[in-house]
Amino acid sequence: MTRMVFGNEGEEGTMTPTIEARGLTKRFGRTRALDGLDLVAEPGQVVAVLGPNGAGKTTFVRTVATLIRPDGGELRVAGRDVRREPAAVRRSIGLAGQSAAVEPAMTGRENLQMVARLFGLDRWAARAASGEVLERLGLSEAADRLVRTYSGGMRRKLDLGASLVGRPRLLLLDEPTTGLDPRSRIELWETIHGLVGEGTDVLLTTQYLDEADHLASRIAIVDRGRVVASGTPEELKRRVGRNVIEVRVRHREDLSRAAEALRGLDDGAVRVEEATRRVRVATGAGPEQLRSALGALGAAGVETDDVSLRSPTLDEVFLALTGGGPVGPAGRAA
Amino acid sequence: MATMAMRAHGAERSAGFARSTLAIAGRTVRKFFRTPQLVLVGTIQGAMFLLIFRYVFGGAIGVGGLPYVDFLVPGYVTTGVLFVAMGTATGVAEDLEQGLVDRLRSLPIPGAAVLAGRALADAGLLVWSLAVTIAIGFAVGFRTHGPMIDALAAGGLLVVFGFAFEWAFITLGMVAGSPQAAQGLALMVFPLTFVSSAYVPVGSMPGWLQVVAEHQPLTVMVDAVRALALGPAAAAVLDHGAAWYVGRSLAWAAGIVAVFAPLAVARFRRG
Repeated sequence: MTRMVFGNEGEEGTMTPTIEARGLTKRFGRTRALDGLDLVAEPGQVVAVLGPNGAGKTTFVRTVATLIRPDGGELRVAGRDVRREPAAVRRSIGLAGQSAAVEPAMTGRENLQMVARLFGLDRWAARAASGEVLERLGLSEAADRLVRTYSGGMRRKLDLGASLVGRPRLLLLDEPTTGLDPRSRIELWETIHGLVGEGTDVLLTTQYLDEADHLASRIAIVDRGRVVASGTPEELKRRVGRNVIEVRVRHREDLSRAAEALRGLDDGAVRVEEATRRVRVATGAGPEQLRSALGALGAAGVETDDVSLRSPTLDEVFLALTGGGPVGPAGRAA
Repeated sequence: MATMAMRAHGAERSAGFARSTLAIAGRTVRKFFRTPQLVLVGTIQGAMFLLIFRYVFGGAIGVGGLPYVDFLVPGYVTTGVLFVAMGTATGVAEDLEQGLVDRLRSLPIPGAAVLAGRALADAGLLVWSLAVTIAIGFAVGFRTHGPMIDALAAGGLLVVFGFAFEWAFITLGMVAGSPQAAQGLALMVFPLTFVSSAYVPVGSMPGWLQVVAEHQPLTVMVDAVRALALGPAAAAVLDHGAAWYVGRSLAWAAGIVAVFAPLAVARFRRG
């Protein structure tokens, strides 16, 4: 396993990394939730930890938030060791979780004021900080209504606000938009964008590639408790770097014949999607391969509705890097 | 927003134990009074059971030399403390499930403050519910027979017992895993309250059950409240003076806190 390090190596030592995880491990019973995870986030970065359910994303965020003690390895947040100085770590983070951890029986303002007070602000400062955050999140109008009456998106925003009133250096967002409708999701993205502009570092987890692509300057793809690939969104797409030929056959019974014909095309894995009558194959060089694909399909007597050549989507990059999929290195052993 | 950007990120500050405890307690109290169902259900339930015991069972229960209502009300309000505290287990389990506890644990505050805030708030809410039950008690004919100061001391004792039991229910809520499980586990208060001197004299139970009833904390707590509230009249049903019961009941309360508070805090830290 090569170590994945974000940021410019040449700048090392000039700034303390926001997060520095080395060989981090955590077991729950027989499950290795973190299995030697390495990740370094430099100041000024928005890092997205991307992975399927059960990959270890949430465990990682909870470890950074000092909610879980790692079994092994090292983890420093803003230069402080999470095991030795959890209190110092807590002063520099703000956590917004998967569920909106706000009190429905209090108003938005009261919720924020409570958290601000817990951050050590006096009554006056807590009021001021809550007011600022509410305004920034566009919740000023709803501020004095009980959270009970808020929509899901508003609650999630308020939850985000609660993680902000302490003015954290690092914001931890665990699947911030899971379960939100598309419009609330985009609104929340915009809010997060705004925060980043003001210099808050962010570590977020997500299952959605578009979310990572949209928000993050760095993506770490996590699978089975370790980082399997990392870089900017563009780097990751380039790393996979192969085109995809996608064929839609006219008759379902032609699917296997089409797959057979395309298999000879390249060393890439062929993926068949029964439901949509599609066959996908990853190829190296572009147009020439497309011509031979058409030839092979014609020779096999397969009628097609649609044939296309395109660069991989992040979804395919993701699948390729976490095993299986039509793009890139033939799938790992399970 | 300029002020915000200029101010330092995460300065070296945090709330102390007292401030954190109060802030967290404030939330629990607000939640209670802003959830009419909680206020109403608790009050109605309390009144209903008291009326049933007073008027339905009361006539069949002889307590020797004392009107049953005078015997019942001290027992009833003491066990009422447990029924109020049951709600704590569910509340704690809910906070865990909804992620509120995670948020609090990620803040730079003493972990014990989160639980202390809960225990404090629920003990405070107990005062409310005690006041309601006691008022109903007086309405159905209960009278104190000792000095006023002793009756007030009895009220103070009830709050102390409530605070002690809160820790047991906080622990229960933390280990239960879900609000439903917490509610189920909290039902163990039924045998605890019924197998005690709260509603009937222990002497009327079978011998083996008397052993249990006499040696469990609730009986001595009920009798302490009874001794204080009934003054000389208590002699009809009690073998010892008030000091004897009060001392023992306070020892039990201290013991309960000493066992459950560290358990709850340890469980809380572990996450």
